[in-house]
Amino acid sequence: MDQQSLRELEKRCIQEQPPECVAACPIHVDARAFVGHMQNGAWDRAWKVLRATMPFPGILGRICDGPCLARCKRGQAGDPIQIHRLEAVCVAHPAPRHRVMPLPSKGLSVAVAGSGLSSLTVAWDLSRKGYAVTLFEPGDRIGQTLISLAPEKISREIVEGETAILESLKVVVKTNVRIDTNDFIDDCLDHFDALYLGLDAIAGDAWNLDWDAGGAIAVTPKLQTTGMDRVFAGGTHGDASVSPVWRCVQGRWAATSLDRMLQKVSMTAGREKEGPHATRLYTSMDNVEPAPMVVPKVGDHYSDEEARKEAARCLACECLECVKVCRYLEAFGGYPKTYAREIYNNAAIVMGERKANRLINSCSLCGLCEAVCPNDFAMQDLCLEARRDMVARGKMPPSAHDFALQDMAFANSDRFALARHAPGTAASSHLFFPGCQLCASSPRQVTQVYDYLREKMTGGVALMLGCCGAPAHWAGQAALFSEELARWEAQWIGLGRPKPIMACSTCLRVFKDQLPEAGAVSLWEVLETTGIPDGDVDLSNGPLAVHDPCTTRGEPAVQAVVRRLLDQTGVPIEELTLGRDKTECCGFGGLMQAANPELSREVADRRGKLSGSDFVAYCAMCRDNLAAVGKRTLHLLDLLFPDPQVADPAGRPRPGWSRRRENRLRLKAELCRSLWDEKSVDDRCDHEAIELHMDADVEALLDSRRILKEDIRLVIAHAQADGSRFRHKKSGHFLAVFRPYHATFWFEYTPEGDGFRVHNAYAHRMEVLGP
Amino acid sequence: MKYDNVQPEDLNWRCERCDCDLVVGPVAATYMNNRFSTELPYCPMCKAVLIVERVAMGKMAEVEQILEDK
Repeated sequence: MDQQSLRELEKRCIQEQPPECVAACPIHVDARAFVGHMQNGAWDRAWKVLRATMPFPGILGRICDGPCLARCKRGQAGDPIQIHRLEAVCVAHPAPRHRVMPLPSKGLSVAVAGSGLSSLTVAWDLSRKGYAVTLFEPGDRIGQTLISLAPEKISREIVEGETAILESLKVVVKTNVRIDTNDFIDDCLDHFDALYLGLDAIAGDAWNLDWDAGGAIAVTPKLQTTGMDRVFAGGTHGDASVSPVWRCVQGRWAATSLDRMLQKVSMTAGREKEGPHATRLYTSMDNVEPAPMVVPKVGDHYSDEEARKEAARCLACECLECVKVCRYLEAFGGYPKTYAREIYNNAAIVMGERKANRLINSCSLCGLCEAVCPNDFAMQDLCLEARRDMVARGKMPPSAHDFALQDMAFANSDRFALARHAPGTAASSHLFFPGCQLCASSPRQVTQVYDYLREKMTGGVALMLGCCGAPAHWAGQAALFSEELARWEAQWIGLGRPKPIMACSTCLRVFKDQLPEAGAVSLWEVLETTGIPDGDVDLSNGPLAVHDPCTTRGEPAVQAVVRRLLDQTGVPIEELTLGRDKTECCGFGGLMQAANPELSREVADRRGKLSGSDFVAYCAMCRDNLAAVGKRTLHLLDLLFPDPQVADPAGRPRPGWSRRRENRLRLKAELCRSLWDEKSVDDRCDHEAIELHMDADVEALLDSRRILKEDIRLVIAHAQADGSRFRHKKSGHFLAVFRPYHATFWFEYTPEGDGFRVHNAYAHRMEVLGP
Repeated sequence: MKYDNVQPEDLNWRCERCDCDLVVGPVAATYMNNRFSTELPYCPMCKAVLIVERVAMGKMAEVEQILEDK
């Protein structure tokens, strides 16, 4: 990813766009933050927010007419937040201490005429920038026009208190000056580098300036230039004639123009976001209860308590649509825009820690973020691209995906993989591909379904066992993924291109995307055509909540057919709030489970809690991942092809990694024996005959460490052959070690009967070379 | 890279094949093209190195993680 693509991507995430109130405010007061502090009664903090953008908050805060209100989102569910009233409450509290650090003197001087809001703003903005400002006032004290604007709100004390700061900024105030003459302008231009005319406080009828058709002094909007060189003006045009904040902003724009002119830089560049503008921030109004504004008990002014209550109605507008529905996005403390930057930096780093590896590898690639994002930000594309890049540059942490890739290699080895026409046939119109995980989880149902399909379909149904290659795809192993697909395709062509029937929605997704010419269909669509087996379904457990696998997000037809099949079984169903195109991953997808098992469990747990009802899933991994956190979950096949040996299929625990492997070995052996009367190539190696005994807690520990019984048997076989092992002086336990591939396995055991008692096992990736 | 990863109880393990107690000394290890040395117990005869569970699941896992993210 280059800088430009990063910026394009960042732009799509709108979380950092300003809320409506801030965008609507001519001077962009951070009203969201301000109201947040008001809610907590944090008057000082609220004050500081105002002061960050507002000149003289003690004055403007009392008289602002709140143009932001018209765009406040709260207004769509009740009344807009009374931000202007809250400002008045805030500034009635004493101002927190505050020091202004002006920039060093620029050696340039500016004359400001009048002491209305626009002129005071110019004086405030420019004196802080290091200009020598002189304020010319026709009356004997500054701010008189402000007081007459709203005498009930602005007193002489307030004006003096607020403008005292100008003194510390060395603003020179000259009162009783005759301003309304052409001589004044000429004089100023002789003695100063530029002049600002505050039309909100002075009429200026005698000035020899350009006049517009409406009879007002002609001022270029936003630039605030007049027809005369070095003379700027503001304070009457448009809204500024009635709105205090508009007067203020015209002064601010004039100050910016004046500064740029005197600094000899472009007066116009990069000023698009000045003044009210549109914002792309999206804020969902779903589940927002209407709430009317707090009405002041006395007069027009809120009490502190009323202000806090009013502020509490604020929606604190933000998007976070994706973060709200994704535990993964939430877990890393940011949102897609910040993540895009972190992921970009992760790749750009030369020396030091790659802090985003875990962020990149934990995404389930489920695409829910894209489905809910108003701008289709696809975190899964970003993460997958980053993974591929890491793999290509040799920077992928081996611990993230090794186990899953080993499992895939096993599934596609001779020990499990198989491609056959049905017994006694030499051609097939269809092909059943159960996928690797259904075989690992529920091998008996694979046999049942295959028997059923052969019975119901004419033209021959071939069988293929193996893995579709999705783990390689998810791991960012593009070359390996292509290899796995090519192998699959070759076998499929060898079988005469039968139409593949997929029991797993991940396989279906993979082949629809990668090998569309195969015309893969879902098992569920096929079962609707053949009809489902007769049988009674146990309805005693109440309605089932349908969990759609995340890989069916783009498959509404499959999601619909599953519901029709459920309907045929007679079992009542319930829809989850996040279902169908908005479904969530179970925590397995994208190898989240491999790279971040703790997060995977959290995701599954949160998903399971969406409904108190038992779930029905139609992906073996979803079923098992949900079952692993104690969520009672059925597989659709448990309803269609109930296994008489399983009394409570929803409560069936997730088979551990060792069991999953054994299930697949056994399935192949059994199918070979019963259907083709052959021995499976791997009907048991010598070391597989080694008998292991272990308690349930040891078994669970090994499963969490992803150590297979197969690994342990390798260690024992090695230790037996080689004689190398340690023995504990006190317990008498043996400790053997073996490094069959890029992991070292340790196994603590004692002989027991014909086999061994497993006390412990652990592994590490680091290779110990020796003393 | 050196850390305190040998505890007295680790020396309750003996080399079964050579029938001798373990000694502690510098041992070379490698991961992701990084090579380093650390104190670990090993058999003075056959040089087999002992990694106890505490070290494998603790320090070693930590260092692996750091090197993976480097």
